[in-house]
Formats: sequence, structure tokens, C-alpha cells
Amino acid sequence: MPGTRQSRETPARVGLFVTCIVDLFRPSVAFAALKLLREAGCDVEVPRLQTCCGQPAYNSGLRTDAREIAAKVITAFEDYDYVVAPSGSCAAMLRLHYPELFAADAALAPRAQAFAEKVHELVSFLVDVMEIDGVDASFEGSVTYHDACSGLRELDIKDQPRRLLASVKGLELKEMDEAETCCGFGGAFAVKYPDISGAIAERKTRCANEAGADCLVAGDLGCLMQLAGKLSREGSGMSVRHVAEVLAGMTEEPAIGAVED
Amino acid sequence: MQPRSHNFKENAARALHDDVLQSALSNVRSGFVAKRARARSALPEFDQLCNEARDIKNHTLAHLDLYLEAYEAKVVEHGGHVHWAADAAEACGIIADICRQQNARTVTKGKSMIGEEIAINDHLEHAGFEVFETDLGEYLIQIRGEAPSHIIGPAIHLTRPQIEADFRRTHTDLPAERDLSNAENLVAEARAVLRERFVAADVGITGANLLIAETGTSVIVTNEGNGDLTQTLPRTHIVIASIEKMAPTLEDANTILRILARSATGQDMSTYTTYSTGPKRDGDLDGPDNYHVVLLDNGRSAMLGGQFHDMLCCIRCGACLNHCPVYNAVGGHAYGWVYPGPMGAVLTPSLVGVEEAGHLPNASSFCGRCEAVCPMSIPLPKMMRHWREREVDQGRMPLGQRTAFKAWAFLAKRPALYHAATSIGVGFLSLLGRRKGAIRSLPLLSGWTRNRDLPAPQGRTFQDQWRAGWRT
Repeated sequence: MPGTRQSRETPARVGLFVTCIVDLFRPSVAFAALKLLREAGCDVEVPRLQTCCGQPAYNSGLRTDAREIAAKVITAFEDYDYVVAPSGSCAAMLRLHYPELFAADAALAPRAQAFAEKVHELVSFLVDVMEIDGVDASFEGSVTYHDACSGLRELDIKDQPRRLLASVKGLELKEMDEAETCCGFGGAFAVKYPDISGAIAERKTRCANEAGADCLVAGDLGCLMQLAGKLSREGSGMSVRHVAEVLAGMTEEPAIGAVED
Repeated sequence: MQPRSHNFKENAARALHDDVLQSALSNVRSGFVAKRARARSALPEFDQLCNEARDIKNHTLAHLDLYLEAYEAKVVEHGGHVHWAADAAEACGIIADICRQQNARTVTKGKSMIGEEIAINDHLEHAGFEVFETDLGEYLIQIRGEAPSHIIGPAIHLTRPQIEADFRRTHTDLPAERDLSNAENLVAEARAVLRERFVAADVGITGANLLIAETGTSVIVTNEGNGDLTQTLPRTHIVIASIEKMAPTLEDANTILRILARSATGQDMSTYTTYSTGPKRDGDLDGPDNYHVVLLDNGRSAMLGGQFHDMLCCIRCGACLNHCPVYNAVGGHAYGWVYPGPMGAVLTPSLVGVEEAGHLPNASSFCGRCEAVCPMSIPLPKMMRHWREREVDQGRMPLGQRTAFKAWAFLAKRPALYHAATSIGVGFLSLLGRRKGAIRSLPLLSGWTRNRDLPAPQGRTFQDQWRAGWRT
């Protein structure tokens, strides 16, 4: 198999943080993540005691609710070697914002910090921690990659997905203008300010269309729901997929917001 | 001006359907963003300078009382006067009094965001003075009766044909057949009109980008030179500045200036950087006879040491506006007061109250680009979140939203119940979207479906599939 990391004496124990939106809308992303992590040599488990990272509460000013949800996540995951999520946004919440939530809590602050250090976004985990430089997958067609905001700006995810996409057989990457500009999703923002959110998405779909790719790919399902929803409303033929599906070679499922031909 | 931030949603809806505004906004996106990026990459030590500037600001704020007093002593030593204004009303009163003492009739103004914040023009005009803005952008919005839409480009929302129409409407003493079809001619006309104002003015008011404690100097940066003419030609020069504009030394000020223009317009330096230290001295060829500084607090001292302390580091470069997807979509007027974009979303609730400006910190996707481009690394999203927390604490979250969030949070803390409930919900949604893959309209989610489809769930939840061992 190409690009496997160096061998380890005992495989890394990884707790997969599925993320609520993948759990509800696109389980195939979690199955793709499982496949990629296992191929990288990880021993993966999916704790049943997980729901959501709490970000919707946290970003809406409901700090107490966010803290209570976060405490449950920490308890469910803190014994793993690593906690991996197929989302830069949720991973950043766990890694950067949990410690802030518990900063004033003498009992939980050290646990939140120790937990946070184990948390990674899926693709950056594969490249930076498992030191994978390629995947065994093929994809016939061109893709354009949207840099989801949290992953890009909070976790420095930029080159890792491009490096792995470059190893997918048959895949051509066509960069779009303003790849680093927000898609306008922003969680509750998308429904609280739908017109602004929609206008931002429209600009983004224009850039994606201009790139002339067959498929729009990103590492966060929130952005992908927004952009797939917009492209579908616009009647575009561009398909939309999570990067994990492409990297795992699991693109037999219909694309996001699409049905089987 | 009266804040209209509570109308943010209506303002934004209007802006999104204003084609002229949308075409003007596309210049912000393409212009400022690319220029800043070029300026940053051309200066290898840019990020390091930003860190130094931030250290300077942190140090200054930690000892703000001492630096303000040192600054005042220096201004007095040079023959100037310092006035302390607790709020906008006090500041306006002080400035009007100075104008009266000088028997002034006309006042010229350089661009000043503090002038906008305290609405000095309205106050002076009510008091019977003629006020003329001399920055081209400020002049344009003055003749249109508008507020600035950007902190460094007040008229960035206007297009050339609008400006031509405004000039024809306002400058009625000029020949009707003159050619105003290009920017050069528009600028030449504004220059000629403004030149007369400079010469006639009794009092000149400028803002300050920096106040220097070491020397008692105020610094302004402009690209038109209007600030120089505003402050040197009239008999009296009034500087209006907020207390956080302080820098300890000339060296410190230079560090901040090196990142200011680069972050703002992408220039290495603004065309004019003007230092003014007191009235005309013996032997000086130019300069005012009287020099006054009005130092405005207006809520800032209350921000020191609190959750919004870091906002006092802001140097008003406008980079956060230029890179903000929301600002770029709706423009500055939607924000309803003086300060738009991410910096306005944090500062406006501090200055006019979260009751008035609650929408502003909520209307952000938290994309984080504002913080990433801020030369002072101000954690703008974090502070917007703090405003949201305060709204919740004050019981200001709309009931519908609060109920929905509380119900969701209740489930999210109870995994077994959550999985059971989501299993049913997802089953229902996937049935709705099974045929087309995406749902076009959904009563409870009309906020989503009004301008985009909702991709349907694939079928059962991951947790259900995983537990049933569908795939392993």
C-alpha cells in the first residue's frame, strides 16, 4: 500500500468524534474516516456517548450549556491516545475552545487541556501525526477545494488535504479564486441571517463554478451542506463531497444533496 | 448620528438588493485585500512589527493614566490646551465653546472617526457655525447627508456616476457643460472648491491617528494633504482624539505607522504623515495661534481591564472590514452607526449599548479572517461571542431561539435520548428528500430553505448504522 506511516509497536487508539452533522446527514463521511484511519494503522473506536461538540451553544452565548456538553465529551474521549473528527470546525472547538471554557475551573481545566492536546482534524491527523503522504484511491474527474474557515485559520489546515488529494489516481485539482473566503454557513448564522448567508454562498458558488471543476470538496460538512444546498437551488451540475469520501475512495454514494442517477 | 443598528436586518436586506452599492463593494474586495497582501509579503518583518506594535499598545494601556498625564504636560509646555471630555456631549460643548471664543464663523474638518462618533458637525451647525469636511470622501458624504460606510474610505459605497450627479447638484455656480466623466476631473473640481474653504476657515478640526506622550505631539495620516491645510491655515487648531490613541514615544509611533498603512491601503506609508505639536512658535512660518486637544473617553476607560479591553488596541486600519464576508455583502451603512464591520460589531455595543446594537456581534459567521488580518491580533470573534453571552445573561435572546436551543441542549447532554430522537428526525427528513436528494422548503427551517435547498440525510444516522453493524 502506498504511503503508509512507519510501523508502531502498538497501534494508536483513536476515538472517532463523528460530529453531529455527519451523524445526522452524512454517515458515509464517518465510514470514510474509519477506513482512512484504519488504513493508517489506527485502532479506531466510536464511543456511543457522543452527540455534539457544543459549538452551537457556545457560539450563541449559552456558555453554561456548552460547558456541560463539553464535560460529557471530555469524559467519553479522554482515555484515547487521539481524538479525531472529520471537521476542522468541531476539532477546533474541542482543541482550542474547550480549554477556554474551563479556564476558570480548577478541577476541569487540566483535564480539558490534556484532552485538547489529543484532538485532531482527520486529514491533518493523517498527514501530520500518522505521517501519511498518499492514499490508495481513485477519482475520475476534477475537484476544487474550499478551505473551511476553522480548519484553515484555527488549525492551519491548508496543504495537508491538497497533498493527499494529489495522490488520488485520476483526480485533477483546479483551485478556485477566494478558496479561503467563508462560504457563509457559520452555524446558526445561516438561519439567523439567511439573506446575508445566502449572498456570501452565492459569491462562493460563483468562484467554484468559474474554477470549472466537476466536484467541490471540503473538510467540513457544514460548509458542504451550505454550498451543496446553494448549488442545488441554482441548478448547478457540480457535485459536492466531503474530502474524506474522496480520499477513502468511497464515492459510490450519491453526492451531497444528489440522488442516484 | 442616531444609531440605527437595531434595524440591521432591514438595512442589510436593502443593501443586498442595491445593485449600485453591490458594484461599489466589489471594489473593496478586489482592491484593499490584494493590496494588503502584497504589502505584507513585501516586508518580511511585517508580522514581527505587528507583535511589537501590539506590545507597545498593551504596555501603553497598562499605564494609560501616566501617559495621558505626561502627554497633557507636554502639550501645555508647548503652549497648547488639553480638555478632558467624559462623553460626546461634553466634547461637543468644549469644541463649540472654543469656536465661540474665537468668534469663528467657518470650521474646516479633517477626517475624524471621533468627529463622527460625537456627531460634531451636527452640533456645530446647530450652534450656528458653517462646517466643511475637507477629506474628499468625507466631503462627498457631507453633501449627500450620509454617514461614512468605511472607517478609512468613508465614501467607498459610492460610484463615479453618483459623485458626478452630486457635484452637479451641489456646485451650481460652475458651468453645466463641464466634463465630469472621469475621476481626475472630479478630484480637480473638489480640490478647487475645497481650496476656498481652507483659506476662509477660522477653526480647523482634525482627528489623530496617534498621540505621543514623549513630545505632546498628535499625528495624522492622510493621502490628500487636506489634514495639513486644515490644521495650519486657520487661527485655531482643535485635535479631537480618544484616550486610547496614546503611544509613549516617537519610535513607538513609527512602529505602529509602519503597519497601519500596509494593513489599511497596502501603502508603505500614507502620502502625508503630519505631526503637530502645539501652536505656531516664534520664527515658524505657518501654524495656528491656538492649539487645543479634546481627549474623549466616551466609555473607553470602562473597557480597560474588562472583556473588551483588547478592542482598545485597535488602530483603525479597516483590514477587518475589508476581509469580512458580511461587511463585503452588506456594506457599512447596514451596521447603522459609525463603526461597521467586525471592529464595529465589538465596539458599537460598548459605546451605544447592546440593546441598540445586539445584532452586530450576532451577524458574524465567525470565519475568523478579521482576527487573522488584524495587525494588533485583536480576538474579534471571541469578543463578539462575549456580547452574545451578555445578551443571553440579560435574557435578550428571542424566545423562539432560546426555546429551540434549550431543547437541543437538553438532548445533547443525554446521548441515549439524543440518539433516539435524532433517529426519528433523520428518518422523517430522509423520507422527505428521498426522491430529489435535497429539500426545497421546510416550514420550521424556512430560514435555511428560503435561498438554498437542504441536502437530505442519507438515511439512518451513523450511530444507528454503526450499532446495527451495517458497515464496520
